[in-house]
Order: sequence, then structure tokens, then C-alpha cells
Amino acid sequence: MFQRVMALLTKELTGLWKDRHTRFVILVPPLLQVFVFAYAATYDVRDVALGIWNDDAGVQSAELVRRFAASPAFHAVASLQSPAGAAAAIDARQVAAVLHVPQTYSADVLAGRDAEVQLLIDGRRSNTALLVESYATQIVAELSAIQPGEGKVPLTLVTRDWFNPTLESQWFILPGLVAVLSLMIAMLVSALSLARERELGTFEQLLVTPLRPAEILIGKALPGLIVGWIDANIVILAGLLWFKLPFLGSMAMLQATLVLYLLAGVAIGLVISSIARTQQQAMLSVFVIASPMVVLSGYAAPIENMPALAELVSRADPIRWMLIIARGLFLQDLPACLVLQYAWPIALIGLASFAAAWVAVRRAVT
Amino acid sequence: MTDPLVRIDDLYHSFGDRIALAGVSANVMAGVITGLIGPDGAGKTTLLRLLAGLLRPSQGRITVLGHDMVTDATSVHRAIGYMPQRFGLYEDLSVAENLQLSADLHGLTQAVRAERSAHLLRFTGLAPFNRRLAGQLSGGMKQKLGLACALLGQPRLLLLDEPSVGVDPASRRELWAIVSAMLEEGRKDGMGVIWATAYLDEAARCSEVLLLHEGKLLAATQPEAFTAPLWGRVFRLTAATGTRRKVAERARDDPSVLDATMDGDAVRIVLRKGVPVPKAAALGGIELTSLAPRFEDGFIDRLPARKVKSSHEMIRAFSQPVSASASRAAIEVHDLSRRFGTFLAVDHVTLQVARGEIFGLLGPNGAGKSTIFRMLCGLLRPSEGTAQVAGKNLLRSAAAARGRIGYMAQRFSLYAELTVLENLSFFARTYGLPRAQRALAIDLALKRFELSEVANSTSGSLPLGVKQRLALATALLHDPDILFLDEPTSGVDPLTRREFWQRIGDLSASGVAVLVTSHFMDEAENCDRLGIISDGRMIATGTPASLRAQVRTTELPDPSLEDAFIALVKRGEQPSDPT
Repeated sequence: MFQRVMALLTKELTGLWKDRHTRFVILVPPLLQVFVFAYAATYDVRDVALGIWNDDAGVQSAELVRRFAASPAFHAVASLQSPAGAAAAIDARQVAAVLHVPQTYSADVLAGRDAEVQLLIDGRRSNTALLVESYATQIVAELSAIQPGEGKVPLTLVTRDWFNPTLESQWFILPGLVAVLSLMIAMLVSALSLARERELGTFEQLLVTPLRPAEILIGKALPGLIVGWIDANIVILAGLLWFKLPFLGSMAMLQATLVLYLLAGVAIGLVISSIARTQQQAMLSVFVIASPMVVLSGYAAPIENMPALAELVSRADPIRWMLIIARGLFLQDLPACLVLQYAWPIALIGLASFAAAWVAVRRAVT
Repeated sequence: MTDPLVRIDDLYHSFGDRIALAGVSANVMAGVITGLIGPDGAGKTTLLRLLAGLLRPSQGRITVLGHDMVTDATSVHRAIGYMPQRFGLYEDLSVAENLQLSADLHGLTQAVRAERSAHLLRFTGLAPFNRRLAGQLSGGMKQKLGLACALLGQPRLLLLDEPSVGVDPASRRELWAIVSAMLEEGRKDGMGVIWATAYLDEAARCSEVLLLHEGKLLAATQPEAFTAPLWGRVFRLTAATGTRRKVAERARDDPSVLDATMDGDAVRIVLRKGVPVPKAAALGGIELTSLAPRFEDGFIDRLPARKVKSSHEMIRAFSQPVSASASRAAIEVHDLSRRFGTFLAVDHVTLQVARGEIFGLLGPNGAGKSTIFRMLCGLLRPSEGTAQVAGKNLLRSAAAARGRIGYMAQRFSLYAELTVLENLSFFARTYGLPRAQRALAIDLALKRFELSEVANSTSGSLPLGVKQRLALATALLHDPDILFLDEPTSGVDPLTRREFWQRIGDLSASGVAVLVTSHFMDEAENCDRLGIISDGRMIATGTPASLRAQVRTTELPDPSLEDAFIALVKRGEQPSDPT
């Protein structure tokens, strides 16, 4: 039994490696995606184009403008003089926001009166708008705290974000990518395995050997697991070495849950593979199944905002649980008891999918 | 009529480094069927695709109906009907929808389209299946539909890429009849047909023949002229019952003999050019009678000689001494049935194959022979009956039974991306050979099948003949008791085919039982015994000679195996159950 499974495993891995296309599919997208996701798909807002419309010639307004321009969130790209000019700049998407300082600003500040500045924001980019507003509020609040107002006690609200003090979205995205990417690859490799044999006509030659269904199942499951695991570790290494992510939890626990989690993915892939007649069908099925899995997992949109039904369905999604574990182990020291609490749904999903894979593969090979 | 329909001048075509056609010049005339004949990989499909304007030649000129295919292809596109070998049909569309689509592609007007479709449906006998999905037609019917689609636009040049591949002999004859009749209809318009085939016996049905081999044109002539130099060199050598294989082997070793093949109980012999006719006794036979030469004889005569290394000593050295199960039959099947839903695909078949026997299963498409074959390989579970294969019960211990058989599929079915050595090593391990024996078996396989030189080459890149040797080497690695062959030599050149059957003969002499399914009468002649399957039942069994004797009549005093097959199948069809 061991010899036959090993023979199948060696053959599968050699075949994967020798096929130029598969080699490309399992190696390049993980690395590519790490960089695309980490750099392009960031939630942070930096360098927002800001228009300055300053009607006040005083020192106080100059200080305010200087603070805006010096903030990493903004850079001043245009100097405007009129409401029409401001409107045109926003319409042309030349700027995302316009800071309007009224004529009386410096005088008001010096007199200790309530001074007002206006921020015009392009509301079409709602996500950016929210962030711009909060950055601007922060700058204004900081400034007002140190204004020379006699007898006034500056009252400021200090927020502190735990686990990700600077709210770097790479810290949030990369641990998620470990889970999403490795599962996709594990599913893909195993979904292609039987389908490829069937498409290329090697399946029957395999079936006339004394290999038993269980041996085929194991021999076809292991390559997906191995490749998925390697890809997961490529992302982990990239995160730790290139993006300098912290890793506060137990690496052993992460690796153990990854294996469990990837087995669930491999089993889903095998179910697809025992039904698909061509590699193309298998590949399409993987994407059809994987995209809702990713959406439901909470990878991009928070689960708390989902309708109750979607939330319920997402419980059967292994990515959901793996995300919690991966993020927990990277960014905080998620204790073993909590890891276990999130790992058992994965185990349950894996068990169910393997039962399905066993039935499907048996049907395909006998 | 004097101007050729197609003119090919010094045509070269290569795909990357691989040269598919090397300097082909030929003319194709209107009003006749021109056979484009050659083994797989000879360049037939490439030539047809060039003629259809689907490829641009690397070098050389093609003129179809007076138009240059490089500069002026669009003006003749509509005059060309092309039936590709595969993927010619949309399997998810019905017969009528496939025709409709072809008509759209040819831009036929409504009136012409209705009339042509009706005519072709009637002609091909597909009218009753108008609404059936193309994917659910039998092999023969699919080819007829493909033919109908290609004929829809009333082409002046009809290009057919191996229409007869995978089609049983009866359907093959029908295809020829349809094409001949359509040619007759189109003759007044100056229609011409090019029929590509790897079956050399189809050459005799063509008026003109282009013989391709390894990208070169070996002959462009009439079939009669092709075989003419062989008159007086072809003989039937009768042999004592059960000795034909030995006689053939001895004849092959004789320096005056070019070729020796099985022919019923006798041996068919082709002599070398200019040698005196030897005595029958000197060749180990009884009597020599003269025969008419066949196209294949001419082909062999023109190929450079290649000596097959005798492999039987090695096979014998390798084979283990006859084991305890020696006295038992290799395959023993009683009342074997298989149902698919309510459909009875195999109906109580009983069959025995002895050790060292080569048994052939023949039958029309869809008769159930591949179902029987798959059950005996352990690929499919029988619904009823008992089956012992290599002394193992197929129902109870299928995996153990599979461990005692070797299997060689019709198409190359090893891992193309792996090297020869990796393939051998994988199968040696899955068959559970212990490490020491594994190295020995692989080493022996490389020597026995002359694979040492290509041991580290990628299997998929090997020439067809070498692939076939590799497939056989793999099937025999674990020294099986029974070898299953699925149409093993269709499409390979005649020398490779002879080499193959010589090896199989040696193998059976060492005690291995061989089970073959085939549509190919040449392969059937190599079997010791044949079983003919029709409608899921075994309607006749016997030696090739005895089956031929069963259909001998005064009109047909010397029926071929193909005649016997067609007559027996017709006889076996029950009148009460028309299907």
C-alpha cells in the first residue's frame, strides 16, 4: 500500500513539475498575488490630492495649510481662488478634496473665537471620503489643541488601535492571503489531478493497475496538500521577511491548522475532479466555487455586515475560520484554546468533504 | 477534365523543428476518389489542412481549382468540403441542428438547404435519427453525419480525414458506398474526393493513390500499378493445423522471403525481387499457391528493410516457470452479463481463453465487445455471471486480478510528460514489484524493447512506433499472465505492425494469454481464435480459418475475414428484434 501510494505521489509531483503550464500556475500566481494584493489592494489612503483655497493671509492659516501639506495623507496639488475653481478641480478629479480657509480665520483664532475651516470632499469616492474626513479632523484637532487660547484646557480624544497600531492594511491582508491563496492552489491541483488523467486518456491505464480506490484517493490528495502548503509558506515568508509583519503566536499551531485546512480544500477539489471530464471544466468549477467562498469568508467584507443567511452559510466556509486563526497568530498571540475553538469547524468541514470525495472517487474509479 | 483539380508543387511544411511534409508534388484529378494513404504521423492531416487552406505552407505551392491557396484561398473556400478527423461535430446539438449549422456556415439559401439536407439525410440513412444528439450516435453514424455536413455545400473538392477510423467493417463499406454515390452525382460538376486513411486495404477501392510515409510521397499512382511489380511473388503456403505461427517464423528467416503473415490456417508469403520460388517444404509448409498481391505488399516492398531482433529467447528467460495455475484456463467466463439501466449491453457471454492463446473479440460498434473487454480488465463490474481471470475471481478480488494482467490501450496512454524511465518506474512500483526485482525488470524491458537509447527522453515526444514499444514494455513489466490489447496496431506502419505481432507471438509461446479487440481484420488474422459479438451476444467462435469456412459459398469461394465478419453479423441479427 505504502509503495503504491508513494509511486503515485512521486509520479504526480514529477508530472506537475514537468508540465510547464502547471508549474507556472502553482508558482507564479502566489508570488504575483502577494505583491498585487499587498501593494495595490490596500485600504489605506495616502497622498490624497488636495486643493488649497486660502482666502486668509494670516500666519495662523499658513500654519494650518502647512500641517495639511506635511501630512502623509495629503499632498497639495492646486491652489484655488474661487468656489467655481474648487468645483471644477473636484469635477475633473484633479483633487479629491479642497481645504477652504475663510478670510476671518487668523483673526478669529487670535481673538479666541471659534474659528472654522471648510473641507469640500469628493463624495463619489465614498471610502476615501470617510478616511479623508477623519484624517482632516485629526489634523485640525491637533492644531486646535496647541492654539494659544488663554485659560482653555485642550480636550482631545486619543484613539489607540490595538494589534495594528498604525492600522497598516498589509498586516491585515497578508495573513488572509496565506489562507485564501493556499486553499485555491490546493483545490486547483487536486481538481486537475483526475480530470487531467481522464482528458489525456491515461485514466484507464491507471485503473487497470492493482491500485485500490483508497490508494488513488490518498495519492491524488497529497500533491494538492503539499503544493498548497508550500504556497502558504511562500506567502508567510514574504510577509515576515519582505513586509516585516509581526508574528506573535505559535508557528507550529499555524502549520498544523494549515494542514488540516488544506485537506478540506483538497477534498473539495477531488470531488470536482471526479465529476469533471476535462481540465478546463475542473478549473472553471474551482473558480465558480472559490469566489463565493472568498466573499463569504470575511476576507474583504466583514462578516458582521452580512445578512443572517449569508452569515449562516459562511460557517461552512473553511476560509472563514482559517482567517481568524491566521490573523490571530500573526497579530496577537492567539492562545491554543481559541485556536482549537476555530479549528474544529475546519476539521468538521474537512471530514465531510473527504467523505464526499471518497464517494465520488470510488464512483469514478469503479 | 484534363486540368487537375488540385496541383501540389514541391510542398514543405514544418511545425517548429518537426518536418511534417518534405517535398511533396502531386496532382489530384476530378471525378475520382484519390486515396491519401499512410500510417499515423505520415503527414496526411497536415496535407489535408493545407489543401483546405487552414494552414499556410512553409514552402511550395498549392493550387486548388486554379486558385493559389496562399494568395487566393478565400475564393475557393466555398468549393471545398472538409471533414476533420475529430471535433467535426457539435455533440450537444442534434443531427438536424448540426446540419443547420453547417448550412449557415456555408451560407446556403433556405430552399437549397432544405432540399440538400433532406437528400443527404435520406442518403446516409440518418433521417430517423434527425432529433438525436450527435454525441449519442454510434461511431459509424457520427462519421456519416460528418460526411453529410461536409457534403452540404456541394463541394467540388471533398477532403475526408480518416472517416473510417474506429468504424466497424460493415459501416466502413457503407461510408464508401455513400461517397462513391455522391461522387457520381457530382461528377458533372467536376467533383473530386481525397480520402485519407491509415488502413492500407482501403487503397484498392481508390482510383488513384498517394502514399505518404514520414512526410515523403512514396508513390502517386493507380493501386493496380502499385502492386503490379509484385505479381508472381505472392503465395499462400499451407501449413499443418496449429503450426502456422512456427511456419511463418521459419519463412521469415528465409533469405528469399520478404514478408510472411497469417492467412487463416495458412501463411501468406511475399518473396523478394528476383529470387526463385522456394520449395514449400524448405519453408516448413505443405504447398505453395499463387495469390494476387495486395496494396500492403507493395508498401512493404518499397520500405527499407528493417530486421526485428528476435526477442523470444529473452522473453523465455524472463518468464517464470509455469506456475500452479498452469492447468487452468487464463480466462474463464460463464454467463457474464452487464446492464446499463434497463439496457442489456452484454447478454450471458461464456468464454474461455487458454494460457498461450491469442483470442480476438470482434464486433460492430456498440455490440458490447468493449464492455466485455472492460469487465475482464476489471474496469467495470459485471452485473451477473462468474469470471475468473488468472485464477482470481473478478467479482471478489478485482485488485488482485488486475495485478496479474497487462493492458495496452488503443491510443498511447502513458504519461506523456514523464520520461521513458519514469513511466516504467511508476508502473513497476504500482504493480508492487520489490526494489531488486524492479531494477531488473526495468533493465530487461529497456533491452527487450530497444528503449535504452531513449530511456531519458520525454515519452510524449517519441515517434509512434517507439511509443507503442514503450506501452507494450510497460504492460509486460510485472510479467502478467494475461495481456489485454485494444486495437493495438491501428494506424502504425506495416513493418512496425509486423514487429509488434511477432513480439506478441513470442509472448504467447511463452504461455501468456492474449485478449485482443479490434476492427482491424489484419489484427484478427493474427489471433488463434476469434469470438464475434453482436447485440451483446457471442454469435460465433472459432479459428480465423474456420470462420471463413463458415461463409464459403460458390459465389465467394475464398472469403476474406472481413467477408466472414459481415456475413456472420448479418446472420446473427435476429429478425424479431430490429435495432
